[in-house]
Amino acid sequence: MLWSCLHFPDLSLQRLTRAARPVVPTVIRNGSNRPHVLSCDALARSAGVSAGMSLSAAIALCPQLHAHLRDAATERRALEHIAGWSGQFTPMVSVCLPDAVLLEIASSVALFGGLRALQLRMSEGLAELGYAAAIATAPTPGAAQLLARAGMSIAVTDPTRLADALRELPLTLLDQSKDTIEALGLIGVHTLGACLDLPRDGVARRFGQDLLDELDRALGRLPDPRAPHQPPTHYRARLPLPAPVYETEPLLFAAQRLIAEMSGHLRTKGSGLTRLKLTLHHEDRPPTSVHIGFSNPTRDPQRIARLLRERLARVELPERVEAIQFDSEESRPLAPHNLSLFPEDMLPEEERWSIVDHLRARLGTEAVYGIACRADHRPEQAYRACEPGSVEAGSGCARRPLWLLDPPRRLREQEDHPQLEGPLTLHGGPERIEGGWWDGADVTRDYFVASDSRGRQLWIYRERQGQRGWYLQGLFG
Amino acid sequence: MSALDHVLQHPSVWRGSQYAKVALESVPTGFGELDTLLPGGGWPRAALTELLVGQPGIGELRLLVPALARLSQHGKWLVLIAPPYVPYAPAFEALGIDLSRLIVVGTRSDAETLWAAERCLRSGVCSAVIAWPGLTHERSLRRLQSAAEQGKGIGVVFSPLRCAAQPSPAPLRIQLASERNRLNLHILKRRGGGWAAPLNLDVSQRPPLTQTNDQAGQPLHRASIGPLRPRRIRQGVA
Repeated sequence: MLWSCLHFPDLSLQRLTRAARPVVPTVIRNGSNRPHVLSCDALARSAGVSAGMSLSAAIALCPQLHAHLRDAATERRALEHIAGWSGQFTPMVSVCLPDAVLLEIASSVALFGGLRALQLRMSEGLAELGYAAAIATAPTPGAAQLLARAGMSIAVTDPTRLADALRELPLTLLDQSKDTIEALGLIGVHTLGACLDLPRDGVARRFGQDLLDELDRALGRLPDPRAPHQPPTHYRARLPLPAPVYETEPLLFAAQRLIAEMSGHLRTKGSGLTRLKLTLHHEDRPPTSVHIGFSNPTRDPQRIARLLRERLARVELPERVEAIQFDSEESRPLAPHNLSLFPEDMLPEEERWSIVDHLRARLGTEAVYGIACRADHRPEQAYRACEPGSVEAGSGCARRPLWLLDPPRRLREQEDHPQLEGPLTLHGGPERIEGGWWDGADVTRDYFVASDSRGRQLWIYRERQGQRGWYLQGLFG
Repeated sequence: MSALDHVLQHPSVWRGSQYAKVALESVPTGFGELDTLLPGGGWPRAALTELLVGQPGIGELRLLVPALARLSQHGKWLVLIAPPYVPYAPAFEALGIDLSRLIVVGTRSDAETLWAAERCLRSGVCSAVIAWPGLTHERSLRRLQSAAEQGKGIGVVFSPLRCAAQPSPAPLRIQLASERNRLNLHILKRRGGGWAAPLNLDVSQRPPLTQTNDQAGQPLHRASIGPLRPRRIRQGVA
């Protein structure tokens, strides 16, 4: 067993600041009557604000300060989303409230090319989500958690060296009550090592079995089962912006965070997105919704971002946006690609489809289509528009023109002869087509190939019933 | 005569009809006479081709069809952007084009047409992009040319005849006209230079005439329309 712990020291702050580039100093405050600063970002810190300061003092130091109330429920959701995203690295992910995610990675190390490569991938991925985390790896979940809490991004893989690695850590990292830690401090015990050196029976009697159990779990002497996290099928996340915005660029910046998170989520689930709903929340107005469809399932963050950019550029915002929300409305299973022996042969399906989506995002869904044949003798019924790329059995007909006029154009006639900028010369025909009595669109026509004075080759017909006369229906383009 | 041949073989003699043969990646047009006149022996890849046509319907699309049919065998898209009429599926199918590779894009303005053409060419997933943008400016064609270079596809733009006089960045420009039901090609510009004599090409996959018509290929005269008794094609009933 090998566990990696992702520990987020200022999760309450990070979940806000990740949505935008740092512009305004931001702090998190608690909800008491005399609020205190719980954590502050770099901008606030440079103005002299520090954690533990009263909010009024902080505002006196830095008047443009944005103070947000700490929200445990949102933090939990943020952790769950991180857990959903990390499912791409291992099937066993566990959420550790209030600020950590644990991953069992023993079997993934080889797949990702070594522990170092895996950790690099995780930290780079987290940076894309906008989080900074300490990532520590140890044979037990408790030890990984303690190391990560200490801010040590190290990996201890050898169980026999675990006790040595933990010895120097301060006791304040333990999940013990303040009284216990203080009491231990009074007898001169400040580190885990010093605590482990004490006689066990005495420690149990004075400080409770809990303390010993926690240490034993961390050292692997007691089992430490963790509840696996099951991400929901649909990804749904809301990202509040630190300050409301109007412009597309900051919105895209925030959306990038969610796209990265969603794409990891989809990889965890082995699925691809086919429909995405983006909701832009305003302060005083009903939210603006944008729907984005994908012709084939995808989880490529760049492709999603490109399409989103195209759509957002054309959305009229009634008011500033204070939060964005993603709902993956529809997704389908998506297997990863096989690599080809000859890379030039490879045209990933996703790439082939992204152009269709891109065109549709700007021109509208109906503007981009494929064409297919239909088994019908009536020319105007023998074709139809379809989804691009759909393979349908149909038979062509070489006698047909490449261009069709739909509806046909009525031709002038002189002494029963068709005219189009002068009399037409008939070359071939007639081909009689009758049919359609079964669905009411009955036709009885004689078709001819004709050419006009300008050398165009035309496909014309003479209607033999109803609106008699000559019509132009196609051009041999 | 032999003396003249001798002179002509001299390396310093250059004849107007000669052009530099260059190794260009291209797709055979399917018309042998035309291939010999084009520098790479076909429609150039990663480049823009401008076809100048007075009016659609003279066979301008059939000129491209053999190449399109060949390209549609591969995985990439063929894109028709803002075609002047409905592309008629049965005819495309019959000419060997795989319809599942064909996309038609409708646009509302010339600007959108050019945008879509540039996107498709640049994407690298379209083997041929054929656009009907109406009147074009040199600058917009230059964008298409650079997009084609990047995406390595074949770009074809149909322009009105009026554009023949204006400069164009397209490496290949051909003016098309109809002459006695054949297609007359006049190469205005090609890589490698040189002047090419106008080419008269029979592009018509002549529509086979109805079976009972024994005057196949002969123009029918006005008087002959009346008494013809075509075979009735009745469907749906036994």
